[in-house]
Amino acid sequence: MPAIDILGLEKTYSVGFWRKRPRRALCPLHLAVEDGEILGFLGPNGAGKTTTLKLLMGLIFPTAGSARILGKEWTDPTVKSQIGFLPEQPYFYDYLTARELLDYYGRLSGVPAKQLKSRIEAVLARVGLPDVSGMQLRKFSKGMLQRVGIAQAILHEPKVVFLDEPMSGLDPMGRREVRDLMEQLKSEGKTVFFSTHILSDAEALCDRVAVIHLGELRGVGAVEELTSGVAGKVEIIWQGTMVPASLKALGAECHVTGDTVRAVLAEASQDAAIDALRRERLQLLSVTPVRKTLEQYFVEKLKKSETAGGAP
Amino acid sequence: MSARIVAIAANTFREAVRDRVLYNLIAFALLLSGAAILVGQISIDIERLVVVNLGLTTVSLFGVVIAIFIGIGLVSKEIEKRTLYTVLSRPVRRWEFIVGKFFGLAGTLVVNAFFMAIGVLAALLYVAHAYHKPDGWILVAVYFIILQFLIICSLTLLFSCFSSPLLSAVFAFSLFVIGSFGDDLRGFAAMAHGLTGLLATAAAYLVPNLSPLNVISSVAHEQPVASQLIVYNTAYALLYAGVALCGAVLIFERRNLK
Repeated sequence: MPAIDILGLEKTYSVGFWRKRPRRALCPLHLAVEDGEILGFLGPNGAGKTTTLKLLMGLIFPTAGSARILGKEWTDPTVKSQIGFLPEQPYFYDYLTARELLDYYGRLSGVPAKQLKSRIEAVLARVGLPDVSGMQLRKFSKGMLQRVGIAQAILHEPKVVFLDEPMSGLDPMGRREVRDLMEQLKSEGKTVFFSTHILSDAEALCDRVAVIHLGELRGVGAVEELTSGVAGKVEIIWQGTMVPASLKALGAECHVTGDTVRAVLAEASQDAAIDALRRERLQLLSVTPVRKTLEQYFVEKLKKSETAGGAP
Repeated sequence: MSARIVAIAANTFREAVRDRVLYNLIAFALLLSGAAILVGQISIDIERLVVVNLGLTTVSLFGVVIAIFIGIGLVSKEIEKRTLYTVLSRPVRRWEFIVGKFFGLAGTLVVNAFFMAIGVLAALLYVAHAYHKPDGWILVAVYFIILQFLIICSLTLLFSCFSSPLLSAVFAFSLFVIGSFGDDLRGFAAMAHGLTGLLATAAAYLVPNLSPLNVISSVAHEQPVASQLIVYNTAYALLYAGVALCGAVLIFERRNLK
């Protein structure tokens, strides 16, 4: 049974003041997220990522379709005690301290009063905020607020965590910490559904990714599957700074960095290039096929959808 | 009451306290002390009348202003700032959020009214040097003022569910002013005929009738308050606030939080 099963969720808004016209924010979406996996929900700004999350959280109502979370209807209040949610660019009650805010959310989530204090301390330590937990949130930086946001999403030990752009506003160290935290959640058996437009994060973290554009799902699969298409090129690296003329004749793009040279050329020319390096007695360091990156896959999908007619 | 409603109400109360709303109590205490001293010096034999009238009217006006000032942003501000997202993604039903907000604001106003009433009684003691039996009716007048607050709270919360803070303030304050002349409106409706009579009757029953809840003048004149009026006013205020809250819940249950 999938942890999250989205069954044709669809959202159309009415826009305009006098003459209302429909604007489809999300085409019928069918997507299943397996128990214990990290799924990256990728798309450019305005693709429908936040709309999907808002629908799943019950913040907006679908025009059609439904979803099941942990085997229950997504509108079932009992489901909500088992999910955690971090909205995009979260804003919290700034007159509260981090500890007071978590206390409030803990009570709303039904965390037993006896456990609440220890849970708050543990989660604050986990997101790296134990020392400033008594400070009012209005004095927090954007990165610190993001950490508080993650803390509130995992405070009640949910089975499924929804994170909308969790790396947004974080410095490289913060991003690394959030990535580590998401990996920890996975190792604890939790299902993580996170939206992002930072592809390197998705590539590093996700078991599978789903690409959405203009409200329509464009592709779903494991990162390795999506990027397995070989670009038909190889990368050869050797010691030294010399580039044999025969290699240039094969059409290799060469870049000298320090005392190594990196050349990218057609896979068909691989053997000829290696022979040329041996003839020049150059020390070969590596030969690797150039694989498609997630970024290339993503850009291809977006281009295809734009040439196919754009808006759904 | 569910633990979630209590948590939301407590947070609403805490917000009012941290936003320094209750600082008006200090202003009120200073104002009333100054007025009492002044009144004590310039009035002859009507010190009590002036202090009770002035004091209770100020309690009522301060409270209504606070109710409107806080109430108009109770829901709309949470939507605008998106603080609601992390609340409604938890096992919190939308009606629980509205009811919690209502109790939080009502609690703030009750605490406010309590301390202001102490200020009025202290000023009264200053000018009259002792309490007399009819002074007990002042507490009934304060109770009626609190009932007014409940009605205004529910109305501002209702408007806050579908309107901007500015419009909500205009609607709520207009209803307070019209409602203060509720008996006159009903009198006019009884005299009018045809379509005017119909519209006036509809308006008279739709707008809260706050006239019976204002016994400040009679209490200042040491007149007792009938027990039937206490029962009637309590039932009316609770019913009216309940209906307005139901309206707020019905609107909020269907609202998309964009």
